[in-house]
Amino acid sequence: MRRILPSLLALAALAACKKQDQGSGMMSPNATGPIVLGEVGSMTGTEATFGLSSANGIQLAIDEFNAKGGVKGRQLQVKVLDDQGRPEEAATAATRLIASEHVVALLGEVASTRSMFMAPKAQQAKVPMVTPSSTNPAVTEKGDYIFRACFIDPFQGYVAATFAHDNLKLKKVAILKDVRNDYSVGLAKNFIDAFTKTGGQIIAQESYSNGDVDFKAQLTNIKAAAPQALYVPGYYTDVGLIARQAREVGITVPLLGGDGWDSEKLYEIGGDAIVGSYFSNHYSPDDPSPRIQEFVGKYKKAYGGQLPDSLAAQAYDAAGMLVDAMKRAKDLTGPSIRDALAATKDYAGVTGNITLDQNRNPLKPAVVLKVAKGGKYDFVTKIYPEGMQPETGSGGDAAAGGTKTGSNTAPAPASGTTPTPTTAPATGATTSASEASNTGQKQGVPSAEHPKK
Amino acid sequence: MAEFFQHIIDGISVGAIYALIALGYTMVYGVLKLINFAHGDVFMVGAMIGWYVARWTGESRSPSISGALLVTLASMLVCGCLGFVIERLAYRPLRNSPRLNSLITAIGVSFFLEYGGQYLFGPNPRVFTVLPRHPGLHAGPVSLGYVDVVTVIVSVALMIGLQRIVFHTRMGTAMRAVSFNATVASLMGVNIDRVISFTFVLGSVLAAVAGVLYASKYPSVQPLMGLMPGLKAFVAAVLGGIGNVPGAMLGGLVLGLAEQIVSGYLSSSWRDAVAFGILILVLLARPTGLLGRGEAEKV
Repeated sequence: MRRILPSLLALAALAACKKQDQGSGMMSPNATGPIVLGEVGSMTGTEATFGLSSANGIQLAIDEFNAKGGVKGRQLQVKVLDDQGRPEEAATAATRLIASEHVVALLGEVASTRSMFMAPKAQQAKVPMVTPSSTNPAVTEKGDYIFRACFIDPFQGYVAATFAHDNLKLKKVAILKDVRNDYSVGLAKNFIDAFTKTGGQIIAQESYSNGDVDFKAQLTNIKAAAPQALYVPGYYTDVGLIARQAREVGITVPLLGGDGWDSEKLYEIGGDAIVGSYFSNHYSPDDPSPRIQEFVGKYKKAYGGQLPDSLAAQAYDAAGMLVDAMKRAKDLTGPSIRDALAATKDYAGVTGNITLDQNRNPLKPAVVLKVAKGGKYDFVTKIYPEGMQPETGSGGDAAAGGTKTGSNTAPAPASGTTPTPTTAPATGATTSASEASNTGQKQGVPSAEHPKK
Repeated sequence: MAEFFQHIIDGISVGAIYALIALGYTMVYGVLKLINFAHGDVFMVGAMIGWYVARWTGESRSPSISGALLVTLASMLVCGCLGFVIERLAYRPLRNSPRLNSLITAIGVSFFLEYGGQYLFGPNPRVFTVLPRHPGLHAGPVSLGYVDVVTVIVSVALMIGLQRIVFHTRMGTAMRAVSFNATVASLMGVNIDRVISFTFVLGSVLAAVAGVLYASKYPSVQPLMGLMPGLKAFVAAVLGGIGNVPGAMLGGLVLGLAEQIVSGYLSSSWRDAVAFGILILVLLARPTGLLGRGEAEKV
């Protein structure tokens, strides 16, 4: 009943609003009031920081657009609803925004699980939805009105492999993956594909299950294979323990990982054992690129010196991407905005230039961070999807690329055989789609579910 | 071959902790014929208390041996009290009711501690540092962690101590008497309530030590951490012959070794399946466990 009631209400409201529209003529395209955008986020609950950071980023972007005159002569307004971190609430909130607030588009959610609950509502009502940071490939497969502003999970496997090959000049890498987690399995698979294509060798593959605390047996086997690095695409708690035990059994090579590492807990648990290891992430406030530094400055000014985390940066980009599309759209109806969004090309976001592929997933760079003493994450380099050039015109990439990046932007073996990150997710997508929706929270929320600083 | 020795060493160290937890199961079962499912959660409380005391004394910032001892003692004290309270409030009122009631109560107490713990301590894992950092020993390719050495020594020492208590003290004699026949023991002037309370306190104190050691080895403590080790220790206790102290130790070792060898040579996904498979096989061949001898000798 709980599910049916809101949708009934929504239907009634929709019907009512249809009638109104007919009465007052074309409402949305020609109206003069502010354009309302809907946002769904976890503003309370255990993941409140996700929602709050995202809301800050979105508001910052909207304020800027309003200061520049808004869209089509109208100001923008964001209506935020709290989902308390609960998937059903996210769906209800989306319905409410669409039905009673008549939003032209939706922004959110952070966690993939919740985005997947919202997506069908948006799709059904033909209201475009842009999720800033849900990285599970299945999210945008919910329909052609669903977009995202972040890269998808499998791309990180490619990033780590490219980094290992081009920057660290590694030939032999071992893998320790969490077999009970789609995210980890997906990253590992794509790492293997990309790394073997560059001529590298995977000399040992071991696995664990989320929640294990003893990894010594696997690590002992890995040590015997003598790898030059160990790829561990897991979550920070497991990785912290793995790092410690790796040093205990005598593995001294660096560990590599993905955005599941991004938490201060990583260093708390791993301690010195994790120092010197690398992981891929969406963005780093330490990135010297002027575009990022400008954003960090603006954000700090707006929010009392708070440093924007990667969720804030991605939300800022998601809002920017959406408004950019609204400006290009011929009118402000759902289908027009959708078409304009789908045509997004080289949108200059903070987290990189965003070009959407045919699956409505962006091709954009990832950053590689190095864990330093004291738990600080140092910016190392930026890695671009194959064939993508660093942002032009922003001198900062010269600075970022100044070290080694320049060479790996277009990885030397530019043979078209390497699967581009675009196609890679599409293959593993069917399985992850079903599994992610079954198991709810545990899956598909890798990048987003961990608390940020 | 080096890997093989490494697996053996790691197995012994994991097994020692299982054994330490198993001692608590085995003692309570020996005396009361009750499987105290809350035991794994008392173990968790031990680790949690350790975390708080370590933070309070500044031990977590500058670990030292004496500090570690203090943390362990404090945690033993709290867990001892907790064991006493659990027995007094949850099990004693049900002592004369059907055994199933006590068993279900035990599961209830276990849930109470787990979710009460989540409420009280929060669900996020915390980092535990008690023992001073030490690089450990490296004999060629085989390495031996400092915590592992401490764990094995402490476990063996506690087991010997426990054997002495059971066989060489008045209280131990009383425990065995109650275990043998509670009614007759009470007719002989044994204070059953005291004996049973003592058994629970002793078991909980051992769980506290195990909790601190486990958390030193795997430095991430959270309210559900007792679940799996508790279950494994229960298997270890049954494997060795529940109610039998050396049996618990042997069961723990067999289980620890089996786990490490399976994850080393097969796959970690098979680890738990094999551990529980061994239990089934042993029970098929020897229903009383490896060292269980029917009714003759139990604590």
